[in-house]
Amino acid sequence: MEIFDLTIEEMHEKLRKREISSVEATQVFLKRIEKIEPKVGSFITVTADRALADAESADRRIASGGCQILTGIPLALKDIFLTEGIRTTCGSRILQNFIPPYSATSYTKLQDQGAVLLGKLNQDEFAMGSSNETSAFGITRNPWNTDCIPGGSSGGSAAAVAAREAVATLGTDTGGSIRQPASHCGCVGLKPTYGRVSRYGVIAYASSLDQVGPLAGNVTDCAIMLGAIAGHDPKDSTSVNIAVPDYLQALNSGVKGLKIGLPKEYFLSGLDPDVQKSIDLAIETYKNLGAEFVDISLPHTDYAVATYYLIATAEASSNLARYDGVRFGHRSEEYAGLLDMYIKSRSQGFGAEVKRRIMIGTYALSSGYYDAYYVKAQKVRTLIMQDFTKAFQSVDLILTPVAPTPAFRINEKTDDPMQMYLSDIFTIPINLAGTCAISLPAGYSAGGLPIGMQLIGKPFGEETILGAARAFEKVTEWHTKKAVL
Amino acid sequence: MKITIQDVEHVARLARLQLEESEKPVFARQMGEILEYVDKLKILNTDDISPTSHAVPVENAFRSDVVNCSLDVEQALSNAPDRVENFYRVPKVIE
Repeated sequence: MEIFDLTIEEMHEKLRKREISSVEATQVFLKRIEKIEPKVGSFITVTADRALADAESADRRIASGGCQILTGIPLALKDIFLTEGIRTTCGSRILQNFIPPYSATSYTKLQDQGAVLLGKLNQDEFAMGSSNETSAFGITRNPWNTDCIPGGSSGGSAAAVAAREAVATLGTDTGGSIRQPASHCGCVGLKPTYGRVSRYGVIAYASSLDQVGPLAGNVTDCAIMLGAIAGHDPKDSTSVNIAVPDYLQALNSGVKGLKIGLPKEYFLSGLDPDVQKSIDLAIETYKNLGAEFVDISLPHTDYAVATYYLIATAEASSNLARYDGVRFGHRSEEYAGLLDMYIKSRSQGFGAEVKRRIMIGTYALSSGYYDAYYVKAQKVRTLIMQDFTKAFQSVDLILTPVAPTPAFRINEKTDDPMQMYLSDIFTIPINLAGTCAISLPAGYSAGGLPIGMQLIGKPFGEETILGAARAFEKVTEWHTKKAVL
Repeated sequence: MKITIQDVEHVARLARLQLEESEKPVFARQMGEILEYVDKLKILNTDDISPTSHAVPVENAFRSDVVNCSLDVEQALSNAPDRVENFYRVPKVIE
């Protein structure tokens, strides 16, 4: 068994027993990254020196008896997480030389356990995208087929796990950006309930939708990572003061007697046949495990993408106003006055997709359109939330596909923004409702591309979806297959 | 939904963005398609629905009014594109 194939628990055991050192494990990963990167391109910044320093520190800690579950484990973070002293770009030219003066809380929590930082992962610029093609630092390729996209916007986070360039990673999910790449790359990705994990130090895209979450090779590793980062943070006033349960305990709950909803709106004709087949098989698997299926309806599903592309773009237009060349980030070399400095700095620094979304958001919030667009979208958001609240009165969780198709080819949708947006149709409603969902491997297409299934839970119902995910994993082998590079 | 070049220029100005001449018709078309798509929300009756600005029931999170540590001046200025002493230098703000 290669070191880069070990799970968190397996690596932790070996480290604790001093069978391997963190430095040794880290060197294995750094060498693997060097080998794999030309084919995949998961990383924007590889922090080799920092990784080895972290590993040495972890080894000292382990030697003196203090080995927590993540001590010495090599991880990587989407480049949206501020890491003090380490360049953080958010996939954008406007931040290409930005060195944060402080770290994200979710990173600090991993640091506190003595985890090792391998580097910062590639992503769609400012988390705006579904294919990792809008990054200013080049594309990331799907490790299962390098002609295909890994998904986005946490494409690097998913590809790194799939290619075993890190044991586990962190990503962010605003409209599906953890779950969709996890599905396309055959790994497990979890979007916690809004407020479960601190957003402090996470570069903001849409503040009422953004959420931090883990990506890993299996459900247990995901549960471990969630346990490490979840919790109230006084520095994030939107984080919720609810105790963090023992997610590992929840993994043994099984699904006997659990009611699983199948929303008809997610299974309309036109679903890719391989995706349909995987989901049908998953339903059979769950029935054999003792779960009960209930047909439900989420009637406003068809309005979710429209709602999202008004709310998210409006919030983004406000959040990205801070990139003005005054205090940090790119400032144009030449300008004629203050207004021109703003205009030139922003226009030079932002890519096309970011500009497009800022413009849509600005339009939706502008005088004369605010009520018709933004407020209207917020009202439809209420209707979408009510759909879920009502559904959860009769079911414990909901099962759906993650993406309408397996990973598409690079450049296939770059000319048609609307087509790209529609590929998030199954993940977006969960962000609008603020609740939790997990994507886990459920099959492969005829062409060998991974297909994920989504389990949606009630707000703060991460234990239920983790338990159901683990139950599925125990009786299937989809997650054991590895991308060959 | 027809978005004109003037619409694009107006919104760009509000957003402090400037597009190349060749980009403007592309953006006009793409914005038009997107705005046409989101127009489908008009079908829904939301007369008695209140807007959701926040998914989770959390109210204003206050802390006590006590001085806490924050970034020191050097850290705060560390990414300044143009720094003079303890200030960010910018072009004249008031003409």
